[in-house]
Amino acid sequence: MTSSPKKVLLIGFGNPGRLDDGLGPALAEAIENLNLLGVTVDSDYQLTVEDASQISEHNVVIFADASTNCDEPYIFREIKPKTDISFSSHSISPENVLGLSEELFAAKTQGFVLEIRGYDFNEFGQKLSSKAQDNLIDAVEFVKAKLVELTKENDKS
Amino acid sequence: MSNENLKRVVIEPVTRVEGHGKVSLLLDKDNQVKQARLHIVEFRGFERFIQGRPYWEAPVIVQRLCGICPVSHHLAAAKAMDVIVGADKLTPTAEKMRRLMHYGQTFQSHVLHFFHLCSPDLLFGFDADPAIRNVIGIIKKYPELAKQGVLMRKYGQEIIKATAGKKIHGTGAIPGGVNKNLSIEERDVFLKDIEQMVEWAKGALKIAKDYTVENLDSIASFGSFDSSHLSIVREDGALDLYNGGLRAITKDGEKIFDHFNNQKYHEQIAEEVKSWSYMKFPFIKSIGPENGWYRVGPLARINACDFIDTPLAEAERAEFMAITEGKPNNITMAYHWTRMIETLHSIEKIRDLLNDEDLQGTDLVVKGKRREEGVGIIEAPRGTLFHHYKVDEKDQITMCNLIVSTTSNNIPMNTAVERVAQEYISGKPEITEGLLNRIEVAIRAYDPCLSCATHAMGQMPLIVSMFDYEGKLIDKKAK
Repeated sequence: MTSSPKKVLLIGFGNPGRLDDGLGPALAEAIENLNLLGVTVDSDYQLTVEDASQISEHNVVIFADASTNCDEPYIFREIKPKTDISFSSHSISPENVLGLSEELFAAKTQGFVLEIRGYDFNEFGQKLSSKAQDNLIDAVEFVKAKLVELTKENDKS
Repeated sequence: MSNENLKRVVIEPVTRVEGHGKVSLLLDKDNQVKQARLHIVEFRGFERFIQGRPYWEAPVIVQRLCGICPVSHHLAAAKAMDVIVGADKLTPTAEKMRRLMHYGQTFQSHVLHFFHLCSPDLLFGFDADPAIRNVIGIIKKYPELAKQGVLMRKYGQEIIKATAGKKIHGTGAIPGGVNKNLSIEERDVFLKDIEQMVEWAKGALKIAKDYTVENLDSIASFGSFDSSHLSIVREDGALDLYNGGLRAITKDGEKIFDHFNNQKYHEQIAEEVKSWSYMKFPFIKSIGPENGWYRVGPLARINACDFIDTPLAEAERAEFMAITEGKPNNITMAYHWTRMIETLHSIEKIRDLLNDEDLQGTDLVVKGKRREEGVGIIEAPRGTLFHHYKVDEKDQITMCNLIVSTTSNNIPMNTAVERVAQEYISGKPEITEGLLNRIEVAIRAYDPCLSCATHAMGQMPLIVSMFDYEGKLIDKKAK
């Protein structure tokens, strides 16, 4: 069996037109600019079902989003696939999209969520609040180190 | 509302961070549903927010409105700005690139709704265990179907990315045209899978059609009611999701107005504000606010058009119209069938466009005599979308008025919920699982945008509250 470095997908999601809701895409942009080997970066307004397909092509996925109430400056946690999808709306959670990936594409992708604390969500505007900006800087530093660590590991699957 | 047996229900503002669909049911003394209201968040502040911004920013900025259908807002604003810059006729490349983007958007939006939101209702039934009646249930029982849904959705999203430039705040459409064409390499990637997409679209349509035909007796009255219908249609009466004049028809198919100039829409459509909702209530002026409401979206479009200009979808349209002997179909659940006819139409149009060399053209932008006012109307997946702007001599937007699809379907959705609630209330003052399910099914037929543009971590539940005749909350359920 040959082993190769782990492939990592980072998805930053949120609406940059709604102030701190843009933390996820802002983090994605910062990481994309680093051009890290073995890391694919994507961003969108929200998670969607087709993300399940892309996730299945990676060993690890990190979902980055703004949070209205998490501990400052961010929290990073592992998630497990969930299959209790509500279909009242078009929204889909990181756990659910990971569940879809497992169910539909037999993916064994390891999932993490990075919640970055935001403060202002209720107005239109393409600018992060100063506290959110500070939290973003911390989060970028953390994710950068995490990605380097993850991509050094070998895929043993 | 004033009635000695009823009390006014005060609806609290819903959170602005997450989009919630809220339904309130008001009972009378006999525990029958007297009134049902659906409350949806709408950010009317946007129309003021955009004032003072330069007009060329509008097609990008308006995508902040909605994370679910940003492409529709992008294109409607671009069409309005075409009028502002005097671009009365786009170059073939520009118009076809925009159309490709739009059909990609319609395709992926309808597919998501059908495979992942509505197919559990159709394939498992309204009363199936909620633990099964969801997309995971579909995956377990119909894995191939679920996979098709994901891959079709991905196909549409990739078309948007190739035409709009990027997923977030795409910039493909600009005042007077577009800023890119489609390369041969991009085209060939899409051509590789196009026939598969057509086949899958036909298969999905068959599910929606068979369901409707086989259950016609039971669904004919489900949340159904007569209404007027509104959409744009092409000059020759064909279904056209991107451009055309306004047509409104009565429940019997008589034309209220036809091929009406988009720039003068306000001569035919007015908007009313009601104290209990943040949403506006558009109506046809000649009929008046009480009865002038109308439906938009796939059902309205198929009812309103004379034909479809792609052969597979046209054959399906003819079959659909035969159910009501050529008259408009007013069955709420028929939205699903028509949505899938449009899905097939969209992928046929995408196939035609991919084989059109104009997409590789390099003449992308035109301009003409500058104007101070412009209207852009487009058929978004959920229905007719109006963007209206005024721009001053400093190029700044001074006025913006938007009528979004879900707003036009506001009264119809309220009516559908009320009909269902009246029919399926148990006789006891409680929200049963069966009632909750059916309210959800009726709302879902319209594919309303229950979300707003922001979300953060969280869910967007449907919350149903029941009040007794004294206005006291007696039951509340969410899902």
